[in-house]
Amino acid sequence: MKRFLEKLGFGVAVLFLVSPAILVFLWMLSLSLKNELDNTAFPPIFIPNPPVWDNFISVFENNNFLLYTWNSIVVSFTATGLAILIGVPAGYGIAKMQANKAAMLILIARITPGLSYLIPLFLLFQWLGLTGTLTPIVITHLVITVPIVVWVMIGFFEGLPGELEEAALVDGATIWQAFRHVAFPLAMPGITVATILSFIFSWNNFIFAMVLAGRETRTLPVAVNNMLTFEQISWGPLAAAALMVTLPVLLLTLAAQKQIIAGLTAGGVKGG
Amino acid sequence: MSGNAATHSAPLAPAVATPRRRNYARRYWMFVVPAGVVVISVILFPWLFTLFMSTHEWKIGGGHHFVGLDNYRKLFTDERFLWSMVRTLYFTALAVIGPMVLGVAAALVFNRNFPLRGLARTIFILPMMATPVAVALVWTMMFHPQLGVLNWLLSQFGIPPSMWVYDAKTVIPTLVMVEIWHWTPLVMLITLGGLASLPQDPYEAAKIDGASPLQSFWHITLPLLAPFLVVALIIRTIDALKAFDTIYVITQGGPGTSSETINIFLYLQGFAYYNMGYASAVVVVFFTMIVGLASLLLWTRKRVKA
Repeated sequence: MKRFLEKLGFGVAVLFLVSPAILVFLWMLSLSLKNELDNTAFPPIFIPNPPVWDNFISVFENNNFLLYTWNSIVVSFTATGLAILIGVPAGYGIAKMQANKAAMLILIARITPGLSYLIPLFLLFQWLGLTGTLTPIVITHLVITVPIVVWVMIGFFEGLPGELEEAALVDGATIWQAFRHVAFPLAMPGITVATILSFIFSWNNFIFAMVLAGRETRTLPVAVNNMLTFEQISWGPLAAAALMVTLPVLLLTLAAQKQIIAGLTAGGVKGG
Repeated sequence: MSGNAATHSAPLAPAVATPRRRNYARRYWMFVVPAGVVVISVILFPWLFTLFMSTHEWKIGGGHHFVGLDNYRKLFTDERFLWSMVRTLYFTALAVIGPMVLGVAAALVFNRNFPLRGLARTIFILPMMATPVAVALVWTMMFHPQLGVLNWLLSQFGIPPSMWVYDAKTVIPTLVMVEIWHWTPLVMLITLGGLASLPQDPYEAAKIDGASPLQSFWHITLPLLAPFLVVALIIRTIDALKAFDTIYVITQGGPGTSSETINIFLYLQGFAYYNMGYASAVVVVFFTMIVGLASLLLWTRKRVKA
C-alpha cells in the first residue's frame, strides 16, 4: 500500500512537471483549429468540433507568409552553414592550443545582450546601403550561431583522443590534413549537435530581424509579431501562424532530442 | 602556408615531448583566423564603436557632436532609467529563483527510472526550444482577463480572476511565469548532468547510518551538486537580465512603463526615439552590470570549488 501511494505521488509529480508544456502547446493547436466564435467562447471550448482549416488558409491569403518562410529558411541555413564553416576549425584550433583567452571571448559574446550589437551595426549597414536585403540579418545572426558552434566544438574536440592525429602528423601529414582527414570525420556527431542547436536558435531569433528587416525581408518571428500589432486581433489566424513558426523547431527537437540534450548539458548554450 | 607548416612539423627527436607539443600547438592559430575575423568585425568593432557613440549626442538623421560624459550623467538622473534598473533586478531575482527551485526538483524526478521517462523528458524540454515570439502570442491570448483560458482555469479551483499582464502590480510576476516556463528545462538539464556524475558510496554509507532521504539530499546531494548549481545560476542570471522577446511581445513595457526593463528601455531609446548616443550609454552601463554580476557569481563558483 505504501509503495503504491509512493508511486502515485511520483506519477502526480511527473504529470505536474509536463502539464504546463502540454497545456500551452495543445491550446495553441486548439486555437488554430477553431473558428473565431469558438475561440472567444467562455467557458472556453477545448476540442475543435469540427476542426477547421480556415485559419491556416487565411494566414497565407492575408500575409506574405511564403516569402517570410523563405526568408527564415535562407537566413537560418546561411547563418548556420557559415558558422559551421568557420566555427568548426576555430573550435579545433582553440582546443588544440588550449587557448582559454579565446574561449573567454566566445563567452563574452554569449553574455552580451543582442541589442548592444545592433546600434552600431544598424548604422554601419545604413552607410553600406545594405538595409532592405537579407545580408545584414544573416551577418547579425552569426553573432548567435558562431559562438554556439565554437563552444560546442571546443568541448567536443577536447574530448577526442589526440593519438590518431599525432600518428598522422608523424607520418608527415600537415596539420590541415590531420584536421581534414582524421579529426573532422571523428567530429561528425559534434558537428551534428552544433548544427541543430545553431539552426534552432537562429530560427527562433527575433530581435535582429525586427530591427534590421524591411517589409520584404522579415523573418517568421517578426512577421508573426507584426500580425499582433497591426491587424485586428483575431485569435485563430494568430495561433495558426504561431504554430507554423514553431512547429519545425519542435519537430526537430523531438527527432534529435538525444543530440540536443547532449549539446545543451555540455555547454549551456543559448542564443540571443 | 600549410606546406611551410609541414616542413617545420617534421619530427626530429620526439624524445622531449612537451616543447614539441607546444610548437605544434602554436601553429593551430590559422584555424582560428576566420572566426577571429568574424568576432572582431561583428562583436569587437561594435563594442568600440558603442563606446565612441556613448560620448556623443547622436540622432539618426540629425547629425552628431561630442558631449563627453553627459549621456552618462543624464542617465543616472533619468528616473525612467533608474526605475527600469530596479524592475530588471526584481524580474531577475524572481526569474532566477523560480527556475532554479523547479529545475532542481524536476532533475530529481527525471533522475529516477520510470516508464515513459524519455518521452516525459522530451516534452519537458520542448518549451526551451520553442520560438519565444510564437509562444508569447499564445500566452497573450491566455492572459486575456475576460476570455482567457487561465482565468477560466483559476475559476475551476475557486480562485478569483487575475488581471495578469494588464495590471501594473501583477505584470512582472506574470512575465516571470512565462520565463519560468521557458527556462526551467535548462536548469533541469544542467542539474541532471550533475546528478549523473554523483558517486554512489556516500549514499550507501548514509543509509547504513540511518539517514532519512531528506537528510541525505541536504547533506550529500546538495553539496556535491553545488558546482553544477552555480553554473546553472550564472547562466540563468545572465539570461534573465537579458530577457527581451517575451516582454516585448506581450507588454512592450506596459501597462504604462510598469514592465519596462533595461533592455526594453534600451530598445525604445535606440530604435523608437533614435537617441543612438544615449542608447549607447545604456548599453555600456547595462553590459558593465551583467559582467559585474557574472564575475561575482564566477567568484562564488571558485569559492564553492575550493
